[in-house]
Amino acid sequence: MMRLVVIGAGMASGRMLEQLFNAGFAGEVALFNGEPRGNYNRLMLSPVLSGEKTYAEIVTHDDAWYAAHGVRCRFGEHVTKIDRERKVVVSKGGETPYDALVIATGSAPFIIPVAGKELPGVCTYRDLEDTNAMIAASRPGAKAVVIGGGLLGLEAAAGMAARGAEVTVIHLMGHLMERQLDPSAGYLLQKDLERRGIRIHCKGATKAILGTTHVEAVLLEDGTVYPADLVCMAVGIRPEVRLATDAHLEIGRGVVVDDRMRTSDPAIHALGECVEHDKQLFGLVAPLYDQAKVLAATLMGVEAAFRPVQTATKLKVTGVDLFSAGDFADAPGREDIVFRDPGRGVYKRLVLEGEKLIGAVMYGDTADGAWFFDKIKSGEEVSAIRDTLIFGPAFQGGAQADPLAAVAALPPEAEICGCNGVCKSKIVTAVQGGAVTLDAVRLQTKASASCGTCTGLVEKVMALTLGDSFTANANPPMCKCTDHTHEDVRRLIKAQGLKSIPAVMQDLGWTTVGGCASCRPALNYYLLSDWPLDYVDDRQSRFVNERNHANIQKDGTYSVVPRMWGGVTTSAELRAIADAADRYAVPMIKVTGGQRIDLLGVKKADLPAIWADFNAAGMVSGHAYAKGLRTVKTCVGSEFCRFGTQDSTGLGIRLEKLLWGSWTPAKVKLGVSGCPRNCAEATCKDIGVVCVDSGYQISVAGAAGMDVKETELLCSVPTEDEVAEVIAAFVQLYRENARYLHRIYKWVAKVGLDWCKDQIADPATRRALRDRFMQSQAVYQTDPWAELGMRPADWAPVADLTMRAAE
Amino acid sequence: MSMMIDIAALDDIPRQGARVVKTDAGCVAVFRTADDQVFAIDDRCPHKGGPLSEGIVHGTSVTCPLHAWVFDLSTGIAQGADEGAVQTYPARTEGGRVFLDASFLRRRSAA
Repeated sequence: MMRLVVIGAGMASGRMLEQLFNAGFAGEVALFNGEPRGNYNRLMLSPVLSGEKTYAEIVTHDDAWYAAHGVRCRFGEHVTKIDRERKVVVSKGGETPYDALVIATGSAPFIIPVAGKELPGVCTYRDLEDTNAMIAASRPGAKAVVIGGGLLGLEAAAGMAARGAEVTVIHLMGHLMERQLDPSAGYLLQKDLERRGIRIHCKGATKAILGTTHVEAVLLEDGTVYPADLVCMAVGIRPEVRLATDAHLEIGRGVVVDDRMRTSDPAIHALGECVEHDKQLFGLVAPLYDQAKVLAATLMGVEAAFRPVQTATKLKVTGVDLFSAGDFADAPGREDIVFRDPGRGVYKRLVLEGEKLIGAVMYGDTADGAWFFDKIKSGEEVSAIRDTLIFGPAFQGGAQADPLAAVAALPPEAEICGCNGVCKSKIVTAVQGGAVTLDAVRLQTKASASCGTCTGLVEKVMALTLGDSFTANANPPMCKCTDHTHEDVRRLIKAQGLKSIPAVMQDLGWTTVGGCASCRPALNYYLLSDWPLDYVDDRQSRFVNERNHANIQKDGTYSVVPRMWGGVTTSAELRAIADAADRYAVPMIKVTGGQRIDLLGVKKADLPAIWADFNAAGMVSGHAYAKGLRTVKTCVGSEFCRFGTQDSTGLGIRLEKLLWGSWTPAKVKLGVSGCPRNCAEATCKDIGVVCVDSGYQISVAGAAGMDVKETELLCSVPTEDEVAEVIAAFVQLYRENARYLHRIYKWVAKVGLDWCKDQIADPATRRALRDRFMQSQAVYQTDPWAELGMRPADWAPVADLTMRAAE
Repeated sequence: MSMMIDIAALDDIPRQGARVVKTDAGCVAVFRTADDQVFAIDDRCPHKGGPLSEGIVHGTSVTCPLHAWVFDLSTGIAQGADEGAVQTYPARTEGGRVFLDASFLRRRSAA
């Protein structure tokens, strides 16, 4: 069995290992890393620095991944020597033999040799330690100096500025990012950054870093002094080749490799930022991933060759739009096409050589970047469209901009689904393999199967792959068990008088036995909402939370939330909650956003007992887990508040007592505010009431989750009684018409607010809706624990074999 | 040699549901399908440890309650794009009682 030793757990070697395992590699892998952790997405350190992401979100391979692939991790352990004669690497843990060795030591930041470079408070921008140092030093008002106005330096500067630090960037050259931008774009970038409060000092050469025990200031050759609590050196990187040099491998600027990523020793390979291939170094991720693919093939004994491709650059600073690709230096025989719109801060420059586009720099409006990049890579003749070239694809032959172009330009390894780490090529492969519907792609690749925000992107990839035969399914079937849509199923349940799940599955031609975890809860809801008196709720078709009337947590324990009407409680209730927390050793007690108290970490077997205690204290389930009425948030209103116009607390309690226990397509949260100051935040709820002098404004369809949306006015009424009637009717309208799991705002967007208003405005319709709601409440407004608590044994293991096993 | 242990009455387990059996090496989930077949598998999803006994049972499959992985109850193999499997154990019904194979206990403690 092949013993593979990898030195360095960065993005290139991580991708190489993925490729290797995908190809069925069966050898032993030992992975050394100087950093005390495995592979994370180094490109994403800038969002971590600016606070837009956390470290956990950028980990690409966790311990479980390494364990699952049998990788022996030697993290935090530096390899000190490679003994080529004996084929071993030496580290503090001893000697590790290899059959094949991969050097992936990456690069080291370049430290400018000035006095004071060793002072505490001087860092580079390379790894998580650097990022954390900058985060710690970026408290508001702190002074930071970044030396280097390239990609990394500017991302560091913007990140620290976003955290409130006063940042100065010192750049040796005449304009920022001179390797990627021309002077004009560099100037626009400088203006943008200055608007964000970042001071830019170009043509600044650092003379010394001043300080006694800690960095205090930076002195420039021209005499300028910038005070600093932290200095970040981001002047460039150089390949980390010390190990390879000591081992007498062939070294240029980096470790020299051939097309198959082999060094001058056939048993030793290298990839990533430490290598030099065809006299070229590599710092951007796309070519590194290509190298990973080639090296994995080489190690598997498959023929493959690395061919560097053109790469484009984007700066990861939120709100700064710049793009550059290709070669845009001035040279004989080259011509420029330039477009400027100073008012909008837009600058575009195309560089032509002969008939071809060879470079592009864009600032402020980069929408066409991918299209130009495509033209550069393909090397096609552009002289025929030269007149309108700079205006992008929208102006070519009158054709509209192709919305797919941006997706088409994405490289195969571009990540489409962030939740499940699915790249473009995986989706393309699935589609080519016959997955022609979104559901099929989700099933096979998991792309867009988690949060769903990338669904549009996945569909575009599908459209590109399938061409004209792709039709985005605006209203897909309910699930893979049926061809009917949710709307059809709801209609047919009523039209055909179907009153049980087996009846629906039989008469509507379900293709599976017993449905699936997606359609069963939906059918159960439709049936109980349409036939409250005939249908019997099927507990086994409910998701665990609604079945156990508690919210399951990641460790299999539950959270328990008793109802607190309108967010009002008493000392006796608080005492009962405190007693229960002690009695059942509740690890965390948390106040929720819905004005009640959550007891987290309760064991399943304790649920009946804890609820018996709460029932005895007069409390019922808060349904904090339900697709149903959750909370009615209130402010103190006219009872206590000097601004309150009506008794918002009392109204909130009344509404909660009216609506609790009702099942709805998705959760329903209300807010009642006593005046337009809106302390109960009623205008981002599913249903909100704002009290005014003349009565009550009822608005609906707000959202404050994945989407954020203000409510829209449904109607205004003068009395509390009418508020209750309108809201009961509106909830019933939603219950009868919406699709399962659609919140009110999504449903209203489909049917239109005007239609809802018409239904509610008509007194007869409104009353009929209200009456149907009350009829359902007569059945379903019960405390679930009054019944569930009767059989506590059902909540414990059915048998305990731990004693017998000892025999 | 196989020795069957009487675990519970069949009716202690809801149709399209499950109950757990506690052992020294963690819990085993015993499932009952709509047509009264019984299956026993580890009560621990290989993905993130979700309690499979709390999943929705459909046909002879169960969907994990935490992240919706689907397992075939008879083979323990994850369905669709997910890769993994849970250990399965012999189980049968007789005279309204559910029996598990005692040898599984030894295997579990040896594992």
